[in-house]
Amino acid sequence: MGKTPLDLVFNIEPNVFVSLEEYLRTGGYAALAKSLSQGAELSLREIINSDLRGRGGAAFPAGKKIEMVRGNAETTRYIICNADEGEPGTFKDRFIMTHIPFQLLEGITIAAYLSGASQGYIYVRHEYPEAQGILIKAINQAEEEGLLGENIFGSGFSFHLELFSGAGSYLCGEETALLSSIEGKKGRPRLKPPYPTQSGLWNKPTLINNVETLANIPKIIEKGASWYRSLGTEDSSGTKLISLSGDIKKRGLIEVPFGISFAEIINDFGGGPKEGRKIKAVNIGGASGVLVPPELLDTPLEYKACAQAGITIGSGAIFVLDDTRSILDNVQNRLKFFLHESCGKCTPCREGLRQADIILDKLIAGQAGVKDVDTLTRYTGAIQEASFCGLGQAAGNTLRSSLTYYREEYLACCQENRKSAGGEDLALMEETA
Amino acid sequence: MMSSTIVQDIIHQHGGDKALLLQVLLAVQDADPQKYLSEESVNEIARILEIPRSRVYSTASFYSEISLQPRGIYLIRVCTNAPCENAGKALVLQAIEKELGIGAGQTTSDGIFTVECVNCLGACYMSPAIKVNDVIYGDLTPEKAVKIIAELRKEYQDGQNTSGSCI
Repeated sequence: MGKTPLDLVFNIEPNVFVSLEEYLRTGGYAALAKSLSQGAELSLREIINSDLRGRGGAAFPAGKKIEMVRGNAETTRYIICNADEGEPGTFKDRFIMTHIPFQLLEGITIAAYLSGASQGYIYVRHEYPEAQGILIKAINQAEEEGLLGENIFGSGFSFHLELFSGAGSYLCGEETALLSSIEGKKGRPRLKPPYPTQSGLWNKPTLINNVETLANIPKIIEKGASWYRSLGTEDSSGTKLISLSGDIKKRGLIEVPFGISFAEIINDFGGGPKEGRKIKAVNIGGASGVLVPPELLDTPLEYKACAQAGITIGSGAIFVLDDTRSILDNVQNRLKFFLHESCGKCTPCREGLRQADIILDKLIAGQAGVKDVDTLTRYTGAIQEASFCGLGQAAGNTLRSSLTYYREEYLACCQENRKSAGGEDLALMEETA
Repeated sequence: MMSSTIVQDIIHQHGGDKALLLQVLLAVQDADPQKYLSEESVNEIARILEIPRSRVYSTASFYSEISLQPRGIYLIRVCTNAPCENAGKALVLQAIEKELGIGAGQTTSDGIFTVECVNCLGACYMSPAIKVNDVIYGDLTPEKAVKIIAELRKEYQDGQNTSGSCI
């Protein structure tokens, strides 16, 4: 969809599956060969200079992370590709796995070589059986062709890769919960530090990267750091995959260079709001992201500019709500999601979300007062600041941003401000989860 | 019910005593005709891997995709996240529940259908979406959902007839 100029990193073609034969024909695995021949130091320098950052949401410098694993005295090391894409509104990793699996496998293999890992796992969520099937086949094919396994390209570097299936836990996308999950435990987060780069899978140094991050690597090695940086801006290099959905004319996956504005993405690629409708809010970064009013949509897609504007790029999900939507209903939908996915380990997340949900129930039913909105604001602070891991901290983002930008809508639901006639249409949402 | 040998074979295929527990649980569940982890299976897994049953249960009960209750042949999963919710998920779910006479989390008495609510299927570009076993259906309306159920019923009936004639 849209008018993506060609020669980016992914060059999305919606209905095209790139087979190994096709991938090799168009220059695939040249980057792995190049890495192996020029050596790890030089290749790692290229990744560091490219300024590639983690695309799973945290935006940690990818080269630095590899360096941290590489510099470890312990030589048994692991690499894990985090393909537990569960962020509501996000479908970019699914696309990479089902359409360009070998670009991902090549990226994982290069990253393994650079970090000195000889065993790796792709942790794919159980909800993606199609992606799992394609990857298992792709791994087998790569092994048959000597692109995985012993002594790759005669370089002496050996690397074994396996698929590990998740089992339906959003929290396992959090890297330490993911480690617990592979180790056969409940997917609960661990205290950091130590970081997985020091003590990860079975207490060994472990490199954990998102699918999109790893799939960037072959192009960076192939075309160089300066080419990669030329795609984005001074602050944010390269491109970002955007999962576009909601009340717009065209939904789907697009690849955009950093620096483009959210308004351009929504209007040029998404065709803007539906006929006769206006945008009321845009949810950026998935359920753990923020709700943003239309006035902020001219902000460029850039890490620094977004941080200043209070926008979380996160996974790159953009979900549009038009003026027919209720902010409170949408906030509660996300709240129920987090409530379901909370592991229960810490009180602010487990109980805070439950209490917030009760207040929202009251508000939506028209039985709350202004003081409940104040209480909700206070609880939001506690949830964000005192939760053990990123899940609780992120769960507060939607609440916080909606209370900032749409406070009027909360207040309009309060008994003090309600007209008797308006009550019927605010029927209590039935809980289905 | 799963036989002990099947559980043993699965664990063996997954590396014996080095098998990763979560992968064993999923494989045993997949192999069970009722797509769940029975108490007998849990006992067998614990015995063979030499770990306490409580550990197996602790892991099994944490994950949404592992069921400790028998489930139907067709597992209908309805996405409940915002992109699907806003696109009309409530009506689709209602139509499915009405057509099957069960609520979310339940299995029809003939053991053919189970309905579950799940989180994001990664199909937000065609919301509202559901997944039946491994197949995703998108851009649904209540009518389309009812039609899918009718097709599944027919598929099941045809399968029964075919296997009947073979015997």
